Amino acid sequence: MLEARSLRRLHLGPIGFTLAACECVSVAGRSGAGKSLLLRMVADLDPHDGEVGLDGALCAAMPAPAWRRMVTYVAADAGWWDDRVAAHFAPDIDLAALLPRVGIPPDAVAWPVARLSTGERQRLALLRALRPTNRVLRLDEPTSGLDRASSELVEALLRERLGAGTAILMVTHDPDQAARMASRHLEVRDGKLVELAP
Amino acid sequence: MSPTLLSYGDLAVASLLVVLNAALSFWLDLGLTRTVLVAAIRAVVQLMLVGLLLKTVFALASPPLIGAVLLAMLLSASYEIASRQERRFAGFWAYGIGATTTMLATVLVIAFALAGTLRPDPWYAPQVVVPLAGIILGNVMNGVSVSLNAFSTAVVRERTAIEARLALGADRATALKPLQRSALRTSMIPIVNQMSAAGIITLPGMMTGQILAGMEPVEAAKYQILILFLIAGGAGLGALAATYAAAWRITDERDRLRLDRLQQK
Repeated sequence: MLEARSLRRLHLGPIGFTLAACECVSVAGRSGAGKSLLLRMVADLDPHDGEVGLDGALCAAMPAPAWRRMVTYVAADAGWWDDRVAAHFAPDIDLAALLPRVGIPPDAVAWPVARLSTGERQRLALLRALRPTNRVLRLDEPTSGLDRASSELVEALLRERLGAGTAILMVTHDPDQAARMASRHLEVRDGKLVELAP
Repeated sequence: MSPTLLSYGDLAVASLLVVLNAALSFWLDLGLTRTVLVAAIRAVVQLMLVGLLLKTVFALASPPLIGAVLLAMLLSASYEIASRQERRFAGFWAYGIGATTTMLATVLVIAFALAGTLRPDPWYAPQVVVPLAGIILGNVMNGVSVSLNAFSTAVVRERTAIEARLALGADRATALKPLQRSALRTSMIPIVNQMSAAGIITLPGMMTGQILAGMEPVEAAKYQILILFLIAGGAGLGALAATYAAAWRITDERDRLRLDRLQQK
């Protein structure tokens, strides 16, 4: 479904990979190896060489916002552009019903962002990225700051997405999580992307 | 009452106040003696030179010469705008954005004033055009430099928030809108203050000058109102154009945030 060819930026590349529908692929690698850089390139957030396509439609051939609504990126330190939690979500979403799915009380809808803990921010950043339009999710350490129970909630939510046909590319430092979630395992090493033996 | 012409002797008497100030600073060891004297001497030299220059320009009334004076004013305003920036754009754009937007706003407002209200004869009469350009340019410069600085520092500070919106499929105009609004608001505060306080807290300098020079107070007030409107329009227009130009330059056609286009510290 998603195909990346000869991506290159700074010390990274050339990198190519494919991602099928319903597939979760984990990306490992040491800090600074370029994992986030790779995800940003696929989101077209930095100038780069190479191309990415979704079902044959090239990223460069469509407006970048349209691409990013389908191939959605959630950064590890996602930012907040309003003081209120609810302002970050589309108005057609029943947020109060959605929050317990990631272990956050429903009244957090009315909270200011400043009241959220690091772990709550991380889960909300993921939640706001889940839209009917996204076909590929690229997640940068989606559970790095979470306790066991919250991680499991997030993983269950992601599995539901996979079941609905979304593909997920997930950076994670947790080998157990990679084993639980992903069917293929990649590693960024010396600027290249290598496939690890299953 | 006709205007009282000042003699150099009158100025010498007034300068005693500055000298007194400097002397006090010396006795009280404030370390300001030199600074005050140098500033006073600079003011004397600069203003007398400008007076002489304007006298020549007025006497010759030659359009190319007036144009050259205006261009020199514009260039120094662009330089000042760039100097006020905490985070400048790299390369040509460090000066380019300030210069083009300042020129745009100033020229539009001057043209509006000349054609619409002041209607001097000839239209380029230097007695009208040069002081008008000066007062408008000064205020446009403030508007542009404040809004540009507020906008670019906010973009650097809010990088993750902007990129979060872009990553979720917002276009660059949407992602930068809140920062643009707040930069514009900041830049308009001085002129809004100036208009609301006019006449109550301060008597504007130009009106004071005209009254001292013998103009009837209501006529002087009318002139002051005209000037306030012109500078409010100019400053607002300049600030608006500057934030749009900066928003355009700090992102690219693929809706990416391009902080690499700012000078590295």
